[in-house]
Amino acid sequence: MTSRRVPAGQDPVRPDAAAPLAIVLDGQPLTGVVGQTIAGVALGAGRLSWRRTSGAGRPRGLFCGIGVCFDCLVVVNGQRDVRACQRRARDGDVVAVQHDALPVAVPHAPEGGGGRADG
Amino acid sequence: MAEVLVVGAGPAGLAAAAAARDRGAEVVLLDAGDELGGQYWRHLPASRPVQREAVLHHGFARFVSLRDRLVDDPGCRVLTGAQVWAVEESDTAAPTVHVLVGDQDGADRAPLDLTPDAVVLATGAHDRTLPFPGWDLPGVFTAGAAQALAKGERIAVGERVLVAGAGPFLLPVAASLSQAGSTVVGVVEASGLRRLARGWLPRPWELLGAAAKGAELFGYARGHVRHRIPYRTGAAVVAAHGDHRVESVTLADLDPTWAPVPGTERRVEVDAVCVSHGFTPRLELAIAAGCRISPERLVVVDEAQRTSARAVFAAGEITGIGGVDLAMAEGAVAGHCAAGGGPADPAVRSAVSRRRTFRRFAARLEAAHGIEPGWVAWLDETTTVCRCEEVSYGQLRAVAASTRSSGLRSLKLSTRAGLGICQARVCGRTVEDLLARAAPGGALVGATSTDRRPVAVPVRLAELAAGAPPPASPASPPVHPPVSPRGTP
Repeated sequence: MTSRRVPAGQDPVRPDAAAPLAIVLDGQPLTGVVGQTIAGVALGAGRLSWRRTSGAGRPRGLFCGIGVCFDCLVVVNGQRDVRACQRRARDGDVVAVQHDALPVAVPHAPEGGGGRADG
Repeated sequence: MAEVLVVGAGPAGLAAAAAARDRGAEVVLLDAGDELGGQYWRHLPASRPVQREAVLHHGFARFVSLRDRLVDDPGCRVLTGAQVWAVEESDTAAPTVHVLVGDQDGADRAPLDLTPDAVVLATGAHDRTLPFPGWDLPGVFTAGAAQALAKGERIAVGERVLVAGAGPFLLPVAASLSQAGSTVVGVVEASGLRRLARGWLPRPWELLGAAAKGAELFGYARGHVRHRIPYRTGAAVVAAHGDHRVESVTLADLDPTWAPVPGTERRVEVDAVCVSHGFTPRLELAIAAGCRISPERLVVVDEAQRTSARAVFAAGEITGIGGVDLAMAEGAVAGHCAAGGGPADPAVRSAVSRRRTFRRFAARLEAAHGIEPGWVAWLDETTTVCRCEEVSYGQLRAVAASTRSSGLRSLKLSTRAGLGICQARVCGRTVEDLLARAAPGGALVGATSTDRRPVAVPVRLAELAAGAPPPASPASPPVHPPVSPRGTP
């Protein structure tokens, strides 16, 4: 049980025929309709997360849905830091997971006294 | 002719633009989104035509006529995909407003720098969600997200959904979810029945002008009965559980201070949970423009909706959380006065009257549903408080205790809370609350607030460089942030 698109035949708004589109998210082909955001295509396909946090590597997807929390960031056609909930999907978009590793601390040399520090 | 810039095209901004036009001013109406309507009237894009969109909304016909009137009006320039990223105060005139126009988060947006005669800020608000263990699991959303996805994309965030938090907004969210085919397993309001009654029921004549809200409430109640959605008061989601996504939540009863009552916990299986404990107004542009902010963290305005900053007016949620009716009333007054009118003019008599009624409505919202301090008892040491920087409640307290600091700025730097990419939009009020409790004296000192963001959104260096002025000659003044020829995209 997960997120999904409202099936057109059951939707009280009575949608006209929607133009389909296809994107690739994290290597996985997904289909959606023209007008959806990238997050909408992902959630419509049942995908709840598409990012890993820098610190603990925890999965994140969409949280606020209105562009204020920046949880949903993806790389779209090579462009970083795109909020998936704000960017309309275009047919053929290649969307990659954005994972920003934290800088690795370099061990520092022992202080004081004669001997050479290790590198 | 006066030029009025309206920032934000939700209910308040649309009303302000229309009122300013009615008064004869030229108007520029901006919104960061690619459609008008803000959050309240978030709707399907034109690329997804439908027959009966109005069934998803309240008062949709009112929005459509307002939007169409403005879009068709040659005296109103409407710019969508227009993100204000900086506002520069001026001593002698209205502020200069720096905008980037194009795909949101795009790489080659066009810079646009506006110097209007007056500005109306109508930047709205976003959900305030208090943290709880597991709230950072996928499948936990704000209530606003459920609404945005249902109305803007026809997405149901889950099949078995719980709606929780505080405030009447939970009701239309549950209705939208039902309409999208989700099973709403319950709506859970933190305030108890006694407090709800004390907040809403006294002096009913004060709310006579808001009688339509009563009808709206009755409509939601009917929906709850039809869809068998339980409405629980005095309870909350105190934890979400699951490995990689939410699979269940723990509900608990709350006492009047919002502290969980031990022994009342029960598990509910869900695949999505939508939580909102109220709203945080979006103040960064008002603060950048120099507007005075009240102790309640709202933009201070007079009867003309004028702020303390020269030629800057404010309307809607940033002056007080009061919903669409208050926003539209304030917007009408703000737009009229920004265009040179006065609050006593006949043109705004009805808006002024509605504003009076719905300010009372806003006061009832706070009285009935405002956050109570006992909620902290549902946190544990490992609960994430700052989502962006993954700072836990335990870490916040440990750093506060070891530094013995009372300064928000230094505590932010030490803990990293609020420094991440959302710039404390989600966690700021909570971080301030928790750090104040941990500070010596129980309060933070200094004038800093997490609402202050001189650069309002992330901007790419290449975009700043593209808008840079030609190299300065020795006699010219210091280089300011990039300025393009006035009014040209």
